[in-house]
Amino acid sequence: MNIVDMLLTHAPALTIAIPLLGAFLTPLISRVSEKGRNIFAIIIVGITALFVFLMASEILANGPMTYVFGSTAATVQQSTVIRILFEVDALSIFMAIIGIILSFVAVVYSYAFMEKNTGLDKYYTLLLLMTTGMLGMMLTGDMFNFFVFLEITSIASAALVAFWTNKAKAVEAGFKYIVISTIGALFVLFAIALLYGQYDALNMAKIAQSLGISGFTFIDKIALVLFIAALAMKGGLAPMHMWLPDAYGQAPASISLLLIGATQASLYGLFRIVFTVYGEVISLPAISIGWILVLLGLITMLIGVIMAIIQTDFKRLIGYGAVAELGYMALAVGTGLTIVANADPNITLQTAPFAMKAITGGLFHVINDALDIGLLFLVAGAVYYATKETSLNKLGGLARNMKYTTIFFIIGLLAVSGLPPFNGFASKLLIYESTYQLNPILSIVAILSSILLLAIFVKVLHSVFLGPALPKYETVREVPKSMLLAMAVIAGIIIVFGLFPQVIVTNLVEPAANALVNNSGYLQWLTGGF
Amino acid sequence: MIANIPYLTVAGLIIIGLYTLLFKKNLIKMVIGITILQSGVNLFLITLGYRMGSVAPIFTGNADNPVMSYPVPQALTLTSIVIGVAVLALMLSLVIHIYRHHGSLHVSKLGGDDQ
Amino acid sequence: MKGMSTIVKTIANIGFPIITIYGLYVIAHGHLTPGGGFQGGAIVASGLALLAVAHGTSWVESKVKEHDLSMLESLGALGFIGLAFLGLLMGGAFFSNFLVDTSMLFGAIPVDGAANINTGGTLPLMNFAVGLKVIAGLFAIVLVMAIATNKEED
Repeated sequence: MNIVDMLLTHAPALTIAIPLLGAFLTPLISRVSEKGRNIFAIIIVGITALFVFLMASEILANGPMTYVFGSTAATVQQSTVIRILFEVDALSIFMAIIGIILSFVAVVYSYAFMEKNTGLDKYYTLLLLMTTGMLGMMLTGDMFNFFVFLEITSIASAALVAFWTNKAKAVEAGFKYIVISTIGALFVLFAIALLYGQYDALNMAKIAQSLGISGFTFIDKIALVLFIAALAMKGGLAPMHMWLPDAYGQAPASISLLLIGATQASLYGLFRIVFTVYGEVISLPAISIGWILVLLGLITMLIGVIMAIIQTDFKRLIGYGAVAELGYMALAVGTGLTIVANADPNITLQTAPFAMKAITGGLFHVINDALDIGLLFLVAGAVYYATKETSLNKLGGLARNMKYTTIFFIIGLLAVSGLPPFNGFASKLLIYESTYQLNPILSIVAILSSILLLAIFVKVLHSVFLGPALPKYETVREVPKSMLLAMAVIAGIIIVFGLFPQVIVTNLVEPAANALVNNSGYLQWLTGGF
Repeated sequence: MIANIPYLTVAGLIIIGLYTLLFKKNLIKMVIGITILQSGVNLFLITLGYRMGSVAPIFTGNADNPVMSYPVPQALTLTSIVIGVAVLALMLSLVIHIYRHHGSLHVSKLGGDDQ
Repeated sequence: MKGMSTIVKTIANIGFPIITIYGLYVIAHGHLTPGGGFQGGAIVASGLALLAVAHGTSWVESKVKEHDLSMLESLGALGFIGLAFLGLLMGGAFFSNFLVDTSMLFGAIPVDGAANINTGGTLPLMNFAVGLKVIAGLFAIVLVMAIATNKEED
């Protein structure tokens, strides 16, 4: 077995293990050299990214990978699954790519952005732990493991949201976030326990199989409701969104970026549980789960944009923008789910091809939202770094001194409001087209929110970057090169995705969408493929 | 009937926890509410693994193979307790910081400007 | 927090070694009896907390630095992850129990019904690592919170 094969075999475990190892090495390296520690964190995330891309090339070519912890032997004995399994399919790896891009950009951005702070060894430890938790949620194939990684992500991110403890609002936002996350995670655990009590299994594939055999019992319904409510709360869907603008707005900008990844990991969990774990029985209930997601998505979009209009704080405003963007994903995937989870045998994915398009658009929007909103957060962080101010009423005329930052903001603004030729246009067009065929009102609301987002961010552009030069910002200089580099990486990806969306959609998003709707690939190893 | 008492306790604990979280305005009481909620979920997990008349699942010292309760839910509960300790420590330290900023633990005193 | 009276200090001094030994016993026998790294570590840390309460935090601060505690905590975590990586290198899978069924320490396979501490493969080693991490981590939390609330009273 040569070295590449060996690394590939162990890649799912190493993707989690390397940032975890890095997290605990950070305090030790911090004693030797402060600068060395910052570079060390960048290297660790870089190596993890290499493993993620290595796995991606393998999975997209040869189908899902499974990894058994602690043993090389088979894990199914007398129809019981033993040991913890990681199962990585096209959807998991798609999410992991998003997560690792966000993490890499955040750690590069932190190099200069957090330079003047103290306690940075804890900052980097928590940042790497958060990356671990996020990737773990995306790659794991075990329910309880999912809960553990959910909690790791919550604890690390709540501590990071409150990292600037001298700001009262930051500490309050951190407290709110940890309370909400813990309640969500506890209900996820309760639901997991309900499923475990019934099927004596924690493995997602095994539970899915048992559910298919036993039918859809009353307890399964309770568990499904708990999963959807708790993960939608963690995923920031209205009306459980109120923690999100606080946490996004008060965290350091690099952490806001990572929080997007954590939020999307929760949404991934929601999709995974509804489509894969409940995949065998989801078409049985009379009331479609899909419509619930669609409604949540609609409310989320409307509340997000309406609340964004009245904000006067730069980062909080982007936080509400992020809420609105999350609504698009729920709307699109929910639209697909109304067709997948339909009791009527005449309505299937074949007779309603728009469902597949909606799911593709929704998943494509996951990566686009991460990049667009992420870029806006980084710009807000750069403005804060240069001026120590986030209030829109006090800022103004910064375009004179911060040329590159302004350009990046304009790219982010056009992308987030779905204008061609940026990536937001590509995914939003898919969403508009497909939701229109389910119900025209859905796509009207979606387009309306996009227009409002454009209006809101043009207002921000005007009040922060344009307008007369203010005397107190005369000495403002452009931010350091590493921050510009981090923003340029995201802006570059946005432009590439916007110019060649078809390449991304066929190679990355469509396999993920197929993996989502066909859970047979995920269950394959149980019946002898492994 | 006696077998249902753990489940009734679970329901009671979860309801008390949620009530505390929803209606109490003191931050420390909210933290206590979360802990009670967590105890409810943990009790539920541990109850799932119990079999009538079973002994603790220790491999050595039980040579005559009596009925053992399931060890997996116990391991899960332990993990959940460990996570609970971390969450509790984080929440309390955040409460300490909030108290420093506002000099109060009442929810209505929060949300003001810095310092 | 100031130290308490001589009676409390003396009793704490007598109690502390007993608690510590008991905690270390729970850690060392984690693979045989109920308990393990976390439970034993929590017991030892509660003994340390007893000392901190009896003697006052300033006395503890003069003996132990919070900085060193977090270093110990990192070492415990590194030991745990390191053992998992060794499993990858020597056993063929992450976390694999490469020591079991070998002639090395803890390598024996247990006989049914007999409590032999020389069994369990990497499990006892992982318990030690977790125990170290929990002792250092929990004591650091107690200490930091005690110091933080102290400042409010002054």
